[in-house]
Amino acid sequence: MNTQDTLSPGTIGRRKAVTLPEQPPQLWRNVKPKKAYDAVIVGGGGHGLATAYYLAKNHGMTNIAVLEKGWLAGGNTARNTTIIRSNYLWDESAAIYEHSLKLWETLEEDLGYEMFFSQRGVLTLAHSVSDVRSKKRNFYANALNGIDSEWLTPEEVKKLVPIINISPDVRYPVHGATYQPRGGIAKHDWVAWGFAKAASDLGVDIIQGTEVTGFDIRNNKVHGVHTSQGTIAAGKVGMVAAGHSSLLANLAGFSVPIQSRPLQALVSPLLEQVLNTVVMSGAVHVYVSQAHKGELVMGAGTDAFNSYAQRGGFHVIEHQLAAALELFPIFSRAQVLRTWGGIVDIAPDASPIIGITPVENLFINCGWGTGGFKATPGSGWVMAHTIATGAPHELNKPFALERFYTGHLIDEHGAAGVAH
Amino acid sequence: MLNIPCPHCGLRNETEFHYGAEAGVAYPDPNVLTDIEWAKYLHIRANPKGWLAERWVHFAGCGKWFNLWRNTITHEIGLTWLPFTTQPKSPAPESYRNGQEGSKA
Repeated sequence: MNTQDTLSPGTIGRRKAVTLPEQPPQLWRNVKPKKAYDAVIVGGGGHGLATAYYLAKNHGMTNIAVLEKGWLAGGNTARNTTIIRSNYLWDESAAIYEHSLKLWETLEEDLGYEMFFSQRGVLTLAHSVSDVRSKKRNFYANALNGIDSEWLTPEEVKKLVPIINISPDVRYPVHGATYQPRGGIAKHDWVAWGFAKAASDLGVDIIQGTEVTGFDIRNNKVHGVHTSQGTIAAGKVGMVAAGHSSLLANLAGFSVPIQSRPLQALVSPLLEQVLNTVVMSGAVHVYVSQAHKGELVMGAGTDAFNSYAQRGGFHVIEHQLAAALELFPIFSRAQVLRTWGGIVDIAPDASPIIGITPVENLFINCGWGTGGFKATPGSGWVMAHTIATGAPHELNKPFALERFYTGHLIDEHGAAGVAH
Repeated sequence: MLNIPCPHCGLRNETEFHYGAEAGVAYPDPNVLTDIEWAKYLHIRANPKGWLAERWVHFAGCGKWFNLWRNTITHEIGLTWLPFTTQPKSPAPESYRNGQEGSKA
């Protein structure tokens, strides 16, 4: 945990301005692609970089490359609201997200790089009787899975977050909340840089501005990728392309049950510290935290339609802000500094798809939808295992593409809600 | 926010509509499908980068379902058509740049 993050829960006020540490003169080597690699990762976001790092570190595969069509971590890695938690309903989800949270807890030491990981707790509010019922179910399920979780009354919520409105006469009154103290936030771009630096130091080639335009597939086995910089041979290929996953899968000749939708977020200007925990509310479609420098970071629900435009409708922002204002009347003094959108990859059961594909030696990691950031290290860990051994890790076995054909879905739609 | 041309009510705000994803997915006979074909019918929908034929329902207006072409990169909307009528051809990929495919509701 970051030592500068010392404001205790339930307090409001100034704290020492956060000074970001100096960056090293070089984070990663900028290289031209070689003719051939043992493995190529398509997609240089957090998950792709984490996959490359764990391939090198856990499995000794260092003759590998990460190909990114734009710039490093310029997609959803830099567009999310940085929330980290593991209190998911279903056993399969709880296991993989908890593995990820455990990795977060030592990640800064492991990578030797500051990421402002701050375990300031995550509150998930309940606003109705049925909401209370489902959140309590979630809380009990977490307890059974050994995940830290607490049930808080409205008064306890108020104690933790003094600026919250727990008045019973509002449209969505706070009836209680689940609380995961080990949850929190991290500085998302630094997470990507940390993984990139550590992977590069281990010999991984990180290649930006190189778009994969096709796959060299012979006898149903992948032998490389066609790119805007020519063909690159690869023994194994991992697709980690979030919103563009279905397009890549189509290039490789198979389909994935993914719909790509805009997910919007926004920040306020820098404010004094008023909110020292993460507050999420699925029922009113808002989740909010206050970043280290002081900006309020808020996320909304997804826009209704498929899109690759990285922008959404303003009515979604309005809806989200209306909910935030009712919960936090003090926010009426804040302004919206900036809004943006990212393209999230949504699977029918709102759970990720990680594993083998119909093409030999071609692996896929997608479907993290609205909640991928928290999974960055865990996702990379199991994807690296899958690529290195050719078979899924125990933790991602249930998340195979095959589950849509066998019917063993992991339905986190109701459980995760919009606030993933 | 999108302005969506309902074929019955004219141009209305997106907030009056619900989305129905890919248009023209025929309901198959489950008795003759393999598990894989059935799963594909259930779960796989078109997700192109470019023009997508899709369904919308004007729930806060006439309440009727209809189809339209929409570009998933520019959000431009092309022709609309009613269910069980012939789907018009996809607008040309570059049409959003020269503005030839307007709304013709």
